[in-house]
Amino acid sequence: MTITQTRPGEGQGGAVRRPSRLFRNMSAKVAMLPLIFTAVVIFLGGTLWTVLYSFTGSGLLPRLEWVGLEQYERLWGTRKWIVSIQNLALFGFFSLIGTLVIGFILAALLDRKIRGEAVFRSIFLYPFALSFIVTGLVWQWILNPEFGLQSVVRELGWSTFTFDPLNNPSIVMYGLLIAGLWQGTGLIMCIMLAGLRGIDEDIWKAARVDGIGTVKTYVRIIIPMMRPVFVTALVLIAAGIVKLYDLVVAQTSGGPGISSEVPAKYVMNTMFGGQNLGQGFAASTMMLVMVVIILIPWAYLEFGGKKNG
Amino acid sequence: MADVGILAATKAAQHPIHTLLDGPRGAKPKKKLSRGNIIVYGTLFVFAMYYALPLYVMIVTSLKGMPEVRMGNIFAPPLEVTFQPWVKAWSEACTGINCDGLSRGFWNSVTILIPSVILSVAIASVNGYALSMWKFRGSEVFFTILMIGAFIPYQIMLYPIVILLREAGLYGSLTGLVLVHVAFGMPINTLLFRNYFSSIPEELFKAARVDGAGFWAIFFKIIMPMSLPIFVVALIIQVTGIWNDFLFGVTYISSPDAYPMTVQLNNIVNSVQGVKEYNVNMAATLLTGLVPLAIYFASGKLFVRGIAAGAVKG
Amino acid sequence: MNMQDTSVSIQHLDLSFGAVKVLQDLNLDIGNGEFLVLLGSSGCGKSTLLNVIAGLLEPTDGQIWIKGRNVTWAEPSERGIGMVFQSYALYPQMTVEGNLSFGLKNAKVPKAEIDKRVARAAEVLQIGPLLKRKPGALSGGQRQRVAIGRALVRDVEVFLFDEPLSNLDAKLRADLRVELKRLHNSLKNTMIYVTHDQVEAMTLADRIAIMRGGKIMQLGTPAEIYGRPQNLYVADFIGSPSMTFMHGTVEGQTMRIPGHDLPLGAYAFKSQPAPGTPAIIGIRPEHVMTGDTLRSAPYTTDVTVDLVEPMGSDTLVYCEFGGQTFRIRMDGQAQVKPGDRLTIGIDPATASLFDKTTEDRL
Repeated sequence: MTITQTRPGEGQGGAVRRPSRLFRNMSAKVAMLPLIFTAVVIFLGGTLWTVLYSFTGSGLLPRLEWVGLEQYERLWGTRKWIVSIQNLALFGFFSLIGTLVIGFILAALLDRKIRGEAVFRSIFLYPFALSFIVTGLVWQWILNPEFGLQSVVRELGWSTFTFDPLNNPSIVMYGLLIAGLWQGTGLIMCIMLAGLRGIDEDIWKAARVDGIGTVKTYVRIIIPMMRPVFVTALVLIAAGIVKLYDLVVAQTSGGPGISSEVPAKYVMNTMFGGQNLGQGFAASTMMLVMVVIILIPWAYLEFGGKKNG
Repeated sequence: MADVGILAATKAAQHPIHTLLDGPRGAKPKKKLSRGNIIVYGTLFVFAMYYALPLYVMIVTSLKGMPEVRMGNIFAPPLEVTFQPWVKAWSEACTGINCDGLSRGFWNSVTILIPSVILSVAIASVNGYALSMWKFRGSEVFFTILMIGAFIPYQIMLYPIVILLREAGLYGSLTGLVLVHVAFGMPINTLLFRNYFSSIPEELFKAARVDGAGFWAIFFKIIMPMSLPIFVVALIIQVTGIWNDFLFGVTYISSPDAYPMTVQLNNIVNSVQGVKEYNVNMAATLLTGLVPLAIYFASGKLFVRGIAAGAVKG
Repeated sequence: MNMQDTSVSIQHLDLSFGAVKVLQDLNLDIGNGEFLVLLGSSGCGKSTLLNVIAGLLEPTDGQIWIKGRNVTWAEPSERGIGMVFQSYALYPQMTVEGNLSFGLKNAKVPKAEIDKRVARAAEVLQIGPLLKRKPGALSGGQRQRVAIGRALVRDVEVFLFDEPLSNLDAKLRADLRVELKRLHNSLKNTMIYVTHDQVEAMTLADRIAIMRGGKIMQLGTPAEIYGRPQNLYVADFIGSPSMTFMHGTVEGQTMRIPGHDLPLGAYAFKSQPAPGTPAIIGIRPEHVMTGDTLRSAPYTTDVTVDLVEPMGSDTLVYCEFGGQTFRIRMDGQAQVKPGDRLTIGIDPATASLFDKTTEDRL
């Protein structure tokens, strides 16, 4: 056989021209240009740019004037930033636990083959469709001490009842927490419900045959099986918490005083309000660090574990 | 009748084992109100109150006159229903020097929304299609960067985008904001489309290639017509997401006249001047929430599917 | 094989995904009008090979020739092939007619010609009444016909089938198998057919290529594959129930297994192995003689029945022979039960001998 000696493209019978590597699949590459631009220039480039400029003394305009870690030293010496971080930690801790617990309980209840599941689900989830601004303003009104919840309870006869979080610096974060949970638990409930529905019906049958009670089945069997769902929920909640901004702006504007400031708001104020760009860059870099601290253990659990297993 | 009786008797004689003895028989009777059911429905009801109450309070407050708001309790239904607060919120409420109400913000939001949604759904669907069916060297790397970008706090990218937009002469303009929405809506929507398109059998794609269809022909003639639900889901995500945005609107729109509805709403309600008109505020808040709420209640399962699809396969 | 008679020729084909070699130095010539079946268990590379022929996967090295044209770098649509997929891969939003004509429209074939070809395919496959329906409204068998029709209208020389019948139930599969054979008889196109079902392979193929680990283990007619498997893998893979294998040594004209010396006088050796070569003898359950046929057997012995599996048309009997479980296929009417003594006869001429170390046929 003679044709075995020829290489592709040289043989008899008119071979087809091979397009070069770069131009193969060209349409797909052209179509992906917006994605490539967004990923590389905006997300990657933008992040690196800000990190880089956080080591400069940029004020009103960005300047490449190196000041080392000065911006960070100033940042951590600012009381407003410290308060912001403390607030975020407090809000984050309770929000994480609250969202997971409430989300799971609601999902588990809805999964009990109840009547009116669709109605309940619609009620639990609708706040998620609303903006943080709307959420913040509604709860600002409900928590209004003169006309809101506090006055209603007092009118009912409990005249010493006091719940005025939006004017009390020591509990203002709980006021935000009530609104935050109201808005965010529906999403987690949905994810948990999808996870519960994904569990094999036979597990329940087996547990019933073995005589294990409902609550015990959830705690000992179902929840451990839903580990991946919990991890996803955890990451989603955590990433959302770090971004906390609109809600604070609408509900408390950071007050009373600076008692409900959060990092994202600090960044916005220094960057666009205070015309202190370097501070804003340093603060936003610290926010990035926080996210990385959250994401790395997760990525390790999700992807590092698979290689070994 | 006697025959029947004899027949039954002989049958019973033939199958003596089938005679029922005393004891449990048939389905086990269920208690209508078991302790478990009370706990389940009770808890659900209490939570439902917590979630439903704010919407209720918004509605009733917005339908009361100011004297009634000051007098009574916020949970009480209006004694005298008035739509005045709604009218005022829509066409008279003041932000700064403008006193033409939230209608301005509403139309601003609509102008921002339409191009942003169309552009981002178009781009994200093509991205998802290329990523699932036309993978090339590096395509997954770009996608991974994009997805990581979705987790990074937006604040870190805000200023570099200001510079980019300024260089392009778009800073402060609606076009600039539209582009920002397209960029930040890209991760979730691309993921959504990629996952959906990946579930389309690969053989369909192969068959189309054998039939001589190229990148765009396969997308428009095969993939798109069979993916309408996911386009609707993406549409829902983008409409609610962009409508509810505050951060980008406040950052990239320089003139208060062009602020989107959320920003204007915040400015109206949280303005320090003048007497607080809580009924007007609530009407304004409700007006702003109306668009996403309408979409939410109209779309039902698709909304749930959208957030689940976007979230679970993160 | 002469170039003029060759329809599809695969030359030194290599394909690897990273470090994994899926196809290794594969050579295969398929004649004009031949029905070639690529047979193997999952992961053997048969579907991969078909996809490379179709141009849906790119080879790492080597060439594909179709009709004397090097198509290694050609687009799938330019190769002169039609393809039928396991999941049918019908475009769900198009009617049957739309499905059939989509490829022709892309190729800018004139409308009149499209209509003519669609009508002809519809006639051949008897799907005329279905033309205006959508795939969702068709049964599995009808969908498969449309999928074949889509290849048919392309008026191509080579048809590629990727497990086209595996999604159908057993009865429909048997029906469509017969139809496919009839279609091939009337169209006389080259057909390359991937399957893991050996019944499909044996019934449809002019030649079968049995694949394993990206290599062709044996290429031959169904009779050759069944009667003279070239290695242990093919011998074990083909036949249901499969061959019984017994280990022993070859001593001249005798196969020595524990307790028995089988005379190999009638066996056609490829080459006479050295005395004492460790070997494996494979005997098909249907080649074991019982009852009347025993008289012609070169070797007979008595065994005790261990287990009986009646299967209707025939009965599978398990017994102990040469220290191993031995399978015998008997008539469906055979009256045997566990514990019975049975005289069996073995004819080495119908058996297969393999070298124990190389696993190749002796």
